[in-house]
Amino acid sequence: MLDRALPVLDVQGLKTVFKTRGGEVHAVNNVSFDLKAGELLGVVGESGSGKSVTMMSLLGLLPMPPAEIRAGSVMFDGEDLLNVSQEKLRSVRGGKIGFVFQDPMTSLNPVFPVGYQIAEPLRKHMGMSKKDAAIRAKELLELVGIPDADQRLLDYPHQFSGGMRQRVMIAIALACDPQVLIADEPTTALDVTIQAQILELMKELRDKLGMAVIWITHDLGVIAGIADRVMVMYGGQVVEHAPVQELFTNPQHPYTSALLKTIPSISGERAARLTVIEGQPPLVVGPPTACPFRDRCAKAMPVCALKVPPRYEIGEGHDTACFLADPLEVANAG
Amino acid sequence: MLTFTIRRLLLSIPTLLFIAFVIFMLLELAPGDPMAQMPLTIPPEVKEKMRLALGLGEPWWVRFPLWLKQFFIVEPQYWIDGIFGTNFADGAQRIISFQSRSPVFETIAQRMPQTLWVVGMSYVVGVLIALPIGIISAYKQYSVFDQTGTFVSMIGFSVPPFFSGVLLIVIFSVQLKWLPSIYDTTHQVTSWDTFLFQLKQMIMPVMVLALQTTAQVSRYMRASMLDNLGQDYVRTARAKGMTESVVVMKHVLRNSMIPVVTVIALGIPAIFGGAIITEQIFKVNGLGQLLIIALQGNDIPMVMTITFLLAVLIVMMNLIADILYGILDPRIRYD
Ligand SMILES: Nc1ncnc2c1ncn2[C@@H]1O[C@H](COP(=O)(O)OP(=O)(O)OP(=O)(O)O)[C@@H](O)[C@H]1O
Ligand SMILES: [Mg+2]
Repeated sequence: MLDRALPVLDVQGLKTVFKTRGGEVHAVNNVSFDLKAGELLGVVGESGSGKSVTMMSLLGLLPMPPAEIRAGSVMFDGEDLLNVSQEKLRSVRGGKIGFVFQDPMTSLNPVFPVGYQIAEPLRKHMGMSKKDAAIRAKELLELVGIPDADQRLLDYPHQFSGGMRQRVMIAIALACDPQVLIADEPTTALDVTIQAQILELMKELRDKLGMAVIWITHDLGVIAGIADRVMVMYGGQVVEHAPVQELFTNPQHPYTSALLKTIPSISGERAARLTVIEGQPPLVVGPPTACPFRDRCAKAMPVCALKVPPRYEIGEGHDTACFLADPLEVANAG
Repeated sequence: MLTFTIRRLLLSIPTLLFIAFVIFMLLELAPGDPMAQMPLTIPPEVKEKMRLALGLGEPWWVRFPLWLKQFFIVEPQYWIDGIFGTNFADGAQRIISFQSRSPVFETIAQRMPQTLWVVGMSYVVGVLIALPIGIISAYKQYSVFDQTGTFVSMIGFSVPPFFSGVLLIVIFSVQLKWLPSIYDTTHQVTSWDTFLFQLKQMIMPVMVLALQTTAQVSRYMRASMLDNLGQDYVRTARAKGMTESVVVMKHVLRNSMIPVVTVIALGIPAIFGGAIITEQIFKVNGLGQLLIIALQGNDIPMVMTITFLLAVLIVMMNLIADILYGILDPRIRYD
């Protein structure tokens, strides 16, 4: 069913730069991917690889300036979200596409009760009355597992723990039954049991509503358990993209292989932040001219410093941006 | 919140008593003689009698408690008597001005409306202009509007009222002859024309005082807005599909107002201080002018009372600022 479905979201050639005093930071370089209805796409990559910036670019949520979207298209609902009116964009945000941000401690407004903050999108997108919105807000809080939802609606964010705030954020994102949910490390602040609950909830909603999910995480263990496909990012680029089984059993990009080695051996234990690979992630000032991973790559070839590797298709739905996948380049390198 | 307010009110009593004592001793130790402006022809022994009649024969430790008693007990009694027709005061001695020989509070009550009109109006006008300027400046940071606002508030900060006031008089009264240069306090508003005249004579003093208020409050508002516009919750509000007006005027503004409200409350005593000079320039016979004349004439009871009332205002505004902070920011809990 998944393969036949048309993509709900189709991103092509996305380029996002930040104009800073130190020069142009090319945070997202030529990123393309698609998302089908009811599918869960995992996005992994170490800190600073451009995962959050990519997702925020889709909905125009970056501060501009300094951010600027240089190129690309984001097709959703038959329209390019990079080229629609503000009005249209607002109707998509929070309505058809829900967004869970990375930092739950600061992502809620401190001076409004959480009930009000959950009700806001309901009133805007679903045209609910105050009363209906309050009822639905309570249901949503229960859905994400917050006890005493009735009373907690009137509480302010500072009265919730980090994990509970994260769940409130998820409730807000799910409020209007979105077609697409973009979740930026939604479970990092949660303990394992709650994390499992949220994962269960996601699967359930995906099956029930046909909701598609983009799940950003550092935790490859979570990805293995929940994702259909995985996209690995590095230095603002997609370096490998494959169905989840394929990625874990047959990784092609040296970065992916290194990542997989960082998974802790005892299953179920949470993965540490992915910084255990030798070397530092690159600072992407100026447009990329070479493979971003070459300095940390054990298998680097001369060509890696000369041009940006294209994404080589190497199997069913599996591609990698590495010259090792190109027999010609490998032969040249001798 | 209630217990907090009561506790703070109780705490302000010793504070105010201490302030009263400091003011009293400052006036006591300051050189100057209430008799200095009497004609030289009055013989010294007559002057001495007059001094005694003013109560200056007593040492300070007698006069200070007496003043306290008059201020906190006798004067409120007269006030209540005046309203309800009772007779609590029973002819007790009120605080009497050295110069006019009439009760200090009666003079203050006469002068208060002028000051309240000019000062109060200018503060309201200043704040009402400042808030939108601050909001727009922050939202459109570095735009022409913002740059202009920065420039104007720099002027407001750096040009003192005695200069801007005189400048306005030269331009609008002397050159253009549009506005009166002297504030006519005997003027009564009875018709449309007299109302227009009242507006005309208020414009300049109000503008001079409002310029200062606008400069300060708009800067605070801008800084506070900028602080909040960069917060994560703003992005969340946008990600929910809220319109820019809801994002800015509700989510951001509600947070930005918290520190600004404090600044506005604490600025009220300061603007009364600023009025002292402005009233001199525009010849408004309000409290500021009264204080200056009392100072020049060594009218100690008058100076003492007006200064102390200012101190009360400062202490009260501090309390109000704290209470408002607690109301606006749900994270603050006082008890
Ligand atoms: N406002 C900004 N100005 C300049 N550079 C920025 C800005 N925001 C992000 N970047 C840069 O964009 C790059 C990608 O950042 P991004 O937040 O997408 O990383 P990430 O993959 O989400 O990392 P993490 O796992 O830590 O969340 C980083 O190099 C970062 O320095
Ligand atoms: Mg991120």
